[in-house]
Amino acid sequence: MSTEKGWGMQAFDWFEERLPIVSFIDHSIGSKYPAPKNLNYYWNFGSLALFIMVVLIMTGILLAMSYTPHVDHAFQSVERIMRDVNSGWLLRYMHANGASFFFIVVYIHIFRGLYYGSYKAPREVLWWLGIIIMLLMMATAFMGYVLPWGQMSFWGATVITNLFSAIPIIGDEIVTLLWGGFSVDNPTLNRFFALHYLMPFVLVGVVVLHIWALHIPGSNNPLGIEATPKDKIPFHPYYTSKDAFGVGVFLLAYFTVVFWFPNAMGHTDNYIPANPLSTPAHIVPEWYFLPFYAILRSIDDKLTGVILMFGSILILFVIPWLDTSRVRSATFRPIFKVLFWIFLIDCMVLGWCGSQLPEGIPLILTRVGTFWYFFHFLVLMPVIGWIETPKPLPTSISTPVVAKPAE
Amino acid sequence: MRIVLFAAAAITLLGFAPATTQAAGEVVLDHQEWSFDGPFGRFDRQQLQRGFQVYREICSSCHGLDYIAFRNLKAIGYSEDQTKVLASEYTLEECCDDQGDIFDRPAIPADYMPNPYPNEQFARASNNGALPPDLSLMTKARHGGPDYMYSLIIGYQDPPAEMEAEMMDGMYYNTVFEGNQIAMAQQLFDELIEYSDGTPATTEQMAKDVSAFLHWAAEPKLEVRKQTGIRVLLFTFIFTVLAYFLKRRIWADVKH
Repeated sequence: MSTEKGWGMQAFDWFEERLPIVSFIDHSIGSKYPAPKNLNYYWNFGSLALFIMVVLIMTGILLAMSYTPHVDHAFQSVERIMRDVNSGWLLRYMHANGASFFFIVVYIHIFRGLYYGSYKAPREVLWWLGIIIMLLMMATAFMGYVLPWGQMSFWGATVITNLFSAIPIIGDEIVTLLWGGFSVDNPTLNRFFALHYLMPFVLVGVVVLHIWALHIPGSNNPLGIEATPKDKIPFHPYYTSKDAFGVGVFLLAYFTVVFWFPNAMGHTDNYIPANPLSTPAHIVPEWYFLPFYAILRSIDDKLTGVILMFGSILILFVIPWLDTSRVRSATFRPIFKVLFWIFLIDCMVLGWCGSQLPEGIPLILTRVGTFWYFFHFLVLMPVIGWIETPKPLPTSISTPVVAKPAE
Repeated sequence: MRIVLFAAAAITLLGFAPATTQAAGEVVLDHQEWSFDGPFGRFDRQQLQRGFQVYREICSSCHGLDYIAFRNLKAIGYSEDQTKVLASEYTLEECCDDQGDIFDRPAIPADYMPNPYPNEQFARASNNGALPPDLSLMTKARHGGPDYMYSLIIGYQDPPAEMEAEMMDGMYYNTVFEGNQIAMAQQLFDELIEYSDGTPATTEQMAKDVSAFLHWAAEPKLEVRKQTGIRVLLFTFIFTVLAYFLKRRIWADVKH
């Protein structure tokens, strides 16, 4: 035993021998976790998602202390939070806009994965866990939006839960189970509140698995080639410092919305208390559901619409095999790169369509957009993988960097 | 370049929210300059008090303000004693005295503004079947907020010739209201009330004052929100700059 160690270090070593939690963290996101040195700023969005998730859980727990999940009191209790709870307005605006920013961050994170081929071997399970996280996020966000019990809460809940009635034979039973009765009512609000509180912690569990699955192969990188040990740098302090800067930039955008445009991403109708006898003229979900809402309404048949909508997410599970190209990064795939941007635009067009009434030009665009969404994954991805000639790949991550001055 | 693309994507995503709903009605609102606009915006206490006077003397005969208590009026510049006096002008039914009987008592600052009607049926019966909505959150529950409010209050006209046949009994033509038929008649006319601060009570002045007051009622924390925001953003900005230089220094030895 070293005698030079101070009593603090000795106590630390004593604890570490019994529960090596500090070295566990160091191996997970510290100096013992090597990451490729060429990660660009798109790789910030994973840690950003973790950050905003923690903000949501913390503000959510505090909000739950003043919220009442009852149809007669929910709307009023939210207004009391806004008016009488100390900094309640800040908690609520941070929470509501935090959900929107969580989706912005996660969508960028997903599109980064699509561009750089992060779903390909050996990261398929990592990708799957990511899709499960997105599904959990969607369910949690949907149920959270119901809690203020405004008009859009109530009618959004009615429309979305009714989707399940399209399932043959057991559909109606499922809807009754979701409602806890025969319409969206107090039992619905109660179970949604219970689940909205539970699911974030399930989400945290899956995030832990996601990070675990990340550590087996390590991070992908913008070149999409394997990173050799000499191309890697310790996560701490390199990526911790880079992520801290990313968090700062993110917060500038987030706080600008929270403090100056807190209702810009919400719907005005949700400041009208829920009224089962009065249907709003135009029921729309929150912006992050709009592309999927458009796909749902692309077809007149309800069941087909529901299948297409869930299919549009579930299809992501099989893209590691639909993409037949061995080259990961779109940087070296001239055709795929163009298709990626078309696909991104397609998703945005679908998002706009979701906000419009399904008639006329928006309906035509919805149908073209939905077709293209599936055509991209089911036809273009496998075919392009076969016919495309990728650009030559660099032999290592350091090669292009070292070669640059010679050019 | 990448940052620009990212920013463009983010702005497009953010752009969805307003696009969602503004397409519905092509009503042109009469945009006003509000003291509470902009990053440093603040309420004009004098204006809020005038707006409260308009609400109390005109609107409150039909519209409730359920989320505002008399004590809240301190935030628009009334003293503790003034709120006591304002409250005591209202009488509330209280349940119950020691014999179990309902009795009347004057309101106190802790009480919420009494609703003009005891229940919805009574309100509808008194208003030709229409229910005058509560105004506590009105500017947040309509697109355009206080601009919508203002435009609606002054938006009364004779119906255009092609609408005349469509007008239902007891409905009034309004340029801003959805469907252009509103059950509320024009309420504000020049000199209808006398402002206690001597401001000439033109229709536009009263409409503007009451809209500002209702925006305060809907978003009473607007001032503290914007003021906190300035400090938070300043702190975050300094943090971000420091984090950037820290990152640069740490990465100085990495060729990438």
